[in-house]
Amino acid sequence: MPGVKTMLECIPETLIARTTGKINPAKTCQPIGAMYAALGIHGCLPHSHGSQGCCAYHRMHLTRHFREPVLASSSSFTEGASVFGGAANLKTSIKNVFQIYNPEIMAVHTTCLSETIGDDLPNILKQSEIPEGKVVIHVNTPSYQGSHITGFSGMVKAMVSYLAVSDGGEKKDQLNVIPGFVNPGDMREIRRIVSAFNVKTIMFPDISNVLDAPLTSKYNMYPEGGATIAEIRDSANSSATIALGAFASNDAADLLQEKFGVTGIPLKLPIGLKATDEFIMAVRDWFGLDVPASLATERGQVVDTLIDTNIHYQGKTVAIFGDPDHVIAMTEFVLTMGMVPKYILTGTPGRQFDAEIQKLLKEAGIEGSRVKAEGDLLELHQWIREDPVDLLIGTTYGKYIARKEDIPLVRFGFPVLDRAVHPLMPVVGYRGCLRLIEQISNALLDRRDRNCLDEDYELVL
Amino acid sequence: MTDTERTIDEMLAPYQDTVKKNRKKHLVVKNEAAECCPQIEANTRTIPGIISQRGCAYAGCKGVVVGPIKDMVTITHGPVGCGYYSWGTRRNKARADETTPKDKIYSQLCFTTDMQEPDIVFGGEKKLAKMIDEVVAVFHPRAINICATCPVGLIGDDIGAVAKAAEERHGIQVLSYNCEGYKGVSQSAGHHIANNNIMEKVIGTGTVRKPGKHVINILGEYNIGGDGWELERILTEIGYTVNCVLTGDSSYVNIRNLHLADINLVQCHRSINYIAEMMETKYGTPWLKVNFIGIEATNQSLRHLAKCFGDPELEKKTGLVIERETARVAAALEHYRKFCTGKIAFAFVGGSRSHHYQFLLRDIGMEIVVAGYEFAHRDDYEGRQVIPTIKTDADSKNIPELHLSPDGKLYREAHEHLGMSKEQFDALRKEIPISYYEGMYPSMKVGEVMIDDCNHHEIEELVARFKPDLIFSGVRDKYIAHKLGIASKQLHSYDYSGPYAGYTGAINFARDVTNALMTPAWNLIIPPWEKTGNAGSENHA
Repeated sequence: MPGVKTMLECIPETLIARTTGKINPAKTCQPIGAMYAALGIHGCLPHSHGSQGCCAYHRMHLTRHFREPVLASSSSFTEGASVFGGAANLKTSIKNVFQIYNPEIMAVHTTCLSETIGDDLPNILKQSEIPEGKVVIHVNTPSYQGSHITGFSGMVKAMVSYLAVSDGGEKKDQLNVIPGFVNPGDMREIRRIVSAFNVKTIMFPDISNVLDAPLTSKYNMYPEGGATIAEIRDSANSSATIALGAFASNDAADLLQEKFGVTGIPLKLPIGLKATDEFIMAVRDWFGLDVPASLATERGQVVDTLIDTNIHYQGKTVAIFGDPDHVIAMTEFVLTMGMVPKYILTGTPGRQFDAEIQKLLKEAGIEGSRVKAEGDLLELHQWIREDPVDLLIGTTYGKYIARKEDIPLVRFGFPVLDRAVHPLMPVVGYRGCLRLIEQISNALLDRRDRNCLDEDYELVL
Repeated sequence: MTDTERTIDEMLAPYQDTVKKNRKKHLVVKNEAAECCPQIEANTRTIPGIISQRGCAYAGCKGVVVGPIKDMVTITHGPVGCGYYSWGTRRNKARADETTPKDKIYSQLCFTTDMQEPDIVFGGEKKLAKMIDEVVAVFHPRAINICATCPVGLIGDDIGAVAKAAEERHGIQVLSYNCEGYKGVSQSAGHHIANNNIMEKVIGTGTVRKPGKHVINILGEYNIGGDGWELERILTEIGYTVNCVLTGDSSYVNIRNLHLADINLVQCHRSINYIAEMMETKYGTPWLKVNFIGIEATNQSLRHLAKCFGDPELEKKTGLVIERETARVAAALEHYRKFCTGKIAFAFVGGSRSHHYQFLLRDIGMEIVVAGYEFAHRDDYEGRQVIPTIKTDADSKNIPELHLSPDGKLYREAHEHLGMSKEQFDALRKEIPISYYEGMYPSMKVGEVMIDDCNHHEIEELVARFKPDLIFSGVRDKYIAHKLGIASKQLHSYDYSGPYAGYTGAINFARDVTNALMTPAWNLIIPPWEKTGNAGSENHA
């Protein structure tokens, strides 16, 4: 194909060790995760306490991934505020936001600017005029620590620390679910699975019906979806919290357990057959319920498909990159599919990433794979150049490697900036398994059809 | 009071008094009685909490001006986000050319120092220096840019000193931009900072004038969707040599030779007028405001340019190309005009497009009734004659002004650059707008609205009043328009289409606008079970 392999010529053939900075990062900064999480509260306006650029960038990036309006306000720091502190800017913001945009709740996150100058958010909020019946919560999201996943986790934890209140009575027969940094389609699917058990569920954040809202010609700045303040408040009274994805969800679940005695059940993101099994078993075991027949049927369909389609992908090598919770679950699933995860990389720091992946590889008897947390995509690219793989699974940023090295890419995780419909289509649960099997098989089959000789081009595959 | 004025009053009503007073000054309704543009407030602080469309100085410097320079490695010094968000999102296309081979193009990569907490506490200078060393070892670039983010200025990292030391170590130019996000009030501050540095450090260091009779630069053209390439196609055919498009598909090598061209064309006035003006002061290079968005606008810009050289051959060839190209696209435009005529639109874009696209839309029978800039200055609305009267406030004082004087060796009078006599040049100045921009106001019609730094609330209110058929905006407002039931086109990224400039671009644009207006799904919003009686399909358009 003309054009292929002629781009990114500047990247050297051989791997040159680097120790400093990132080239083609596989993570971004905390505040965008906090903004995303905050959108999962009903009637919430996220607020970025920093200069306008942060808020502009985060809104644009989220908008590009979801193709949906993403509203958020900013403290609009100037140099003066950066020198004298941003208290006045935040107080003015709070006043204007409630007067003009009238949300139920404002969720403030900081930026590297307000963190570096040391703005004392709790104190500023205490001094702010917050209208009766309205709420302002905050989280510190210094961009120079962790990643967007850290910011997401922090905002979810802030929801608990600000909003959750115990009734003081017996725990209710209800379940908290923290879904992790996943798409609205995933959140809908997670809710559908739990609903099949007829278990009362509080899911937060819940971006469904916020970032996948229907078009009706009647624009609503605060769409119908989102966990209500009352629901998050009541999360303190649930009997358990299922935290999906350790990096994004454990902190909030831990706080619920510590503060209110709500049992935390930490699980993987329910991506793939085994992780979905674990999710369903957790609900079953906690409430002592039978697994609904409908879910058993769905599971059987996945197993049937895995047996029927293994000829397309078994034994193929794959490189997986993205956010840690996604990558861990996906690594487990490709192992279930009989594929070989050869390179596994996340941009987010954290030792448990390596430990989790190594455990999965060991169980599967796979040796020689490269695993890295806090890595970047130039490094992944150079690994692939040294020794290629059959398939790449990751975010849109992988498309440059895919084209340069002529490898198919299955888009997965956040962000996907160049393909349509994905935020509505779940990758979690058994239905998500089918979708992933379809995407992976088709990517490899399309490649086979494209590359084969005329005489090898076949009708049935 | 007109309906529009009443709408504006109602729109401002929910604001508290100080906000109301402030926002009112950012609005002008074109009025027959006013001979020139009433003063509009622009380039002043956005009120905290207002959902503005503005970005920051870093976005203006790295994202807009220096990021597209294809053969420089641009390192963002800061936490990971700023570099990440400005990576690959502006569609400034680049490709290899006679001075820049493929392996010297870095604009599809993202370089960030990814500052961590210890760097904030103890300083990030060493990390930056080390990253420069590693980048040089891996990529061997011709030159490097370092763009600062907010914390860099706050912790006092001296990126200028790091750059200077790196220049000495590696023998290549390393430019540092103090474009911290809190500088100024919008992206505009970053444009200015970038302009200053490029002017001071790069322009004038080269010695190679590209061969050709009439050598020109196109300033403020970022080659979004390949616009710059369409302009090069047209201009080259007429007989010009395009030395450099600044900065779309530009190279460091060519920017060094910018001063050896005969004239600067200015497409985006806001982001690049500083270099145009400074080059005029230092080298005497005249500049001409052009607009290649729209058939008539393109034709007029080409005619103006042809007049600048007093070359009958050039004027003749210009006429031939205009005639042929205009005829080439006429049938297609006529086809699309059928769908577009009578439709009205809003345009909220950065600093020039809300003006430029008025011409192209009129070519297809449409009218922009509300036009706003995110980060413009008064001169972009009112014309450059107001520049001496603009008061410098605390926010703009922080952006250095370069005070240049004519270069002892390289300065030549403008008429010498153009190869004509002083008298001829003086006559020319009366005829065409050399070194002048009239702003948006003269293009607007009576009753139409100019709005500066428009915000989310105001857009909703204006939509309710004018009921536009189409909203031109950035990506953040695009889907809001859709939810309101209004078609939209992104005018920063062209919805990943383009080019929209020149003749070929006009057809692309007319096709895309027609598609946006005529999308079949617009008629399917109301489900059949909610329709009363036997009424036909709801017709959005």
